Amino acid sequence: MLAFLNKNPSKKQISWIKAVVFIICLIPLIRLVWLGVVDNLGANPIEFIEHSTGFWALFILLATLTLTPIRLLSGRAWPIQIRRMLGLFMFFYVCLHIITYVWLDFAFDWLAITKDVAKHPRILVGFAAFILSVPLALTSTNSMMKRLRERWKQLHQLVYFIAILVIVHFWWLVKKDIREPLLYACILMVLLGIRIYYKYIKAPKVSSKVQVNSL
Amino acid sequence: MIIQNKSDIIPSEITPKSVFDNRRDFIQKAGFGLIAGAAGLISNPLKAATVSSGTTEGAGRLVGRANAPAIVKPTSFGARQKISGYNKTAYGASEKLTAYEDITTYNNYYEFGTDKNEPAINSKLFKPYPWTVSIEGEVKKNKTISIEDIYKLAPLEERIYRMRCVEGWSMVIPWIGLPLAQLIKWAEPNANAKYVEFVSLADKQQMPGQNIQVLDWPYTEGLRMDEAMNPLTIMAVGLYGEQLPNQNGAPLRLVTPWKYGFKGIKGIVKIRFVEKMPVSSWMKAGPSEYGFYANVNPNVEHPRWTQSSERRIGAGLFAGRIKTQMFNGYTEQVGQMYAGLDLRKNF
Repeated sequence: MLAFLNKNPSKKQISWIKAVVFIICLIPLIRLVWLGVVDNLGANPIEFIEHSTGFWALFILLATLTLTPIRLLSGRAWPIQIRRMLGLFMFFYVCLHIITYVWLDFAFDWLAITKDVAKHPRILVGFAAFILSVPLALTSTNSMMKRLRERWKQLHQLVYFIAILVIVHFWWLVKKDIREPLLYACILMVLLGIRIYYKYIKAPKVSSKVQVNSL
Repeated sequence: MIIQNKSDIIPSEITPKSVFDNRRDFIQKAGFGLIAGAAGLISNPLKAATVSSGTTEGAGRLVGRANAPAIVKPTSFGARQKISGYNKTAYGASEKLTAYEDITTYNNYYEFGTDKNEPAINSKLFKPYPWTVSIEGEVKKNKTISIEDIYKLAPLEERIYRMRCVEGWSMVIPWIGLPLAQLIKWAEPNANAKYVEFVSLADKQQMPGQNIQVLDWPYTEGLRMDEAMNPLTIMAVGLYGEQLPNQNGAPLRLVTPWKYGFKGIKGIVKIRFVEKMPVSSWMKAGPSEYGFYANVNPNVEHPRWTQSSERRIGAGLFAGRIKTQMFNGYTEQVGQMYAGLDLRKNF
C-alpha cells in the first residue's frame, strides 16, 4: 500500500502529499477554533491557547527536522519537498502563539510586555527564537533561495539554534515535572545527532551508502 | 479589578461536574502518540496506577451529632455532600465567585498529577474519610484528632477569599472552614513552639503522582506562629457549601489568602509545632524561587512568572489582566506581621 514510498513519487503524487500535509497541519487550528466556539477551552483558556499553539509549533519544528535524517538514513530525498511548507506552518503557529501572548494575555500593554520579556529568561529565550525565525520565513521563497545561494544554507542552519531555544523555553516553563520537555530534548538530540554522525563520521562513505540504497 | 455587589452564581444553581474527560490533553498529544509511545518510560504512569487501586465506596453513613455539622460519607464516586450548619461571614461578600467547575477542574495538586486537569481525574478513588490528624512536637502532649472532631472544634464559617497562584492566575473561592487558631488552641502548644509545620498524606496507592519524585514527598508546608494564629488563616473543610472535593484537598487543607496558593497544603495528616523554621517541599525543590513566606507581592519578581499582574480565572478571553495587590489585598489584616522584615530577602 505504501509502495509509493519506495520510489520517487511523481509530481502529481507530490502535490497530493503536500495537500494532505497542509490539511493535517491545519487540524490543531481548526480544533482550537472549535473548542473556542463550544466554550471548551478550560478554566484558563488563554493559557490553553498559548500552550496549544506553542506545542504545535514545537511539534512541527521537530517534524521539519526529521526530513533530513530520513534522507540520510533511507537515501530518499523526496520528503525534503515538504520541508518549506512544514517550516512555514511552524512559523504560522509561532505567530499565533505570539499574538495570543501580546493580545489576549497582555492586551497590547507594551510596557508590561517589555518588562515580562526582560525579567523572565523563559520569555526572553522564546522571544529570541521568534525573532530568529522571522528571517527564515522571509527568505523561504525560491527567488530568495536563488539570490542568497550558499548564504541561504548558512542562514537556514539557524533552525538548529532556534530548536534548542524553543526546548529551553518549554523546559523553563514547567515548575518541576520535566518529563515532557525532556522527551522533546531527547528527540532533538537524536535528530541533530544523526546529522552530526553523517557529516563528520560517516561523510567519507556517503557515496557507497547511496549505492547500497539504490540496489 | 472586578468588584460586583452580588455574586451571580448561587451554589445550588451549579450543575454537578460530570466526569471531567481528558480529551484536551489527549487530542493535543495524539499526534505525538507514536514517539511518546516509544519512549514508554517517560509516558504517564498515573492513570494505570489509579485504576489498580480501585475499590468502590461503601454505603452512605452519617457521623456526628444532630446539631453539629456532620460528615457524610459519599455514597458513590464524586458524590457531592452538603455541609449543614455553617455561618456566612462578611469576608469577600462583594467578590464575584469563580465557577465551581473551574475551581474543581483546574488544580495544582501534584500528588494526583502535574497537569491541572489531572487531580480531578486521578483523585476519584481517594478516600478522605475516615481521617485523623496527629498533633506533635512542642505541645503539652502528642494527640490525634478525627476529622469529625475538627468539624466540632468551632462553628464552621464561610470565607470568600481570593487565591493568587504563583503562576500568575487567581480565583475567588467560597471556602468553608474554621480558624486555624481554634485548632491550635485545642492542640496546646508550649512556649517553644515558634512555627507550625504541616504534613500531607504520603500514600502511593491513593496518590499516584507520588510514584514520581517531582517533589520530596510527603508535601510539607509551614507558617510562623503569628501567621498561623492570624484570624484570616483557616483550615478549610469545604467549598461552595459542600465537603471539599478530593482534588481541592479533602478532607482538610490550609488556606492563607495573602500567600501564594502553594502554601495551601492539602490532605493534612500531621501538624507539628517546632522551634526552628521548617523547610517546605517547594523550598527544597527551588530555594531561589520559593521562599518560606511566599507572601503575594507584586514588587518581588519570580524568575518564571509575572507577579505584578494576574489573570482572573473565568474572566473570559478578552478581559485582560488585573493588577496584583500587595498581600493579595489583605494588607490591613496581615501587614503588621511583617513590619521591619525585608520582603525582598524573605520572599
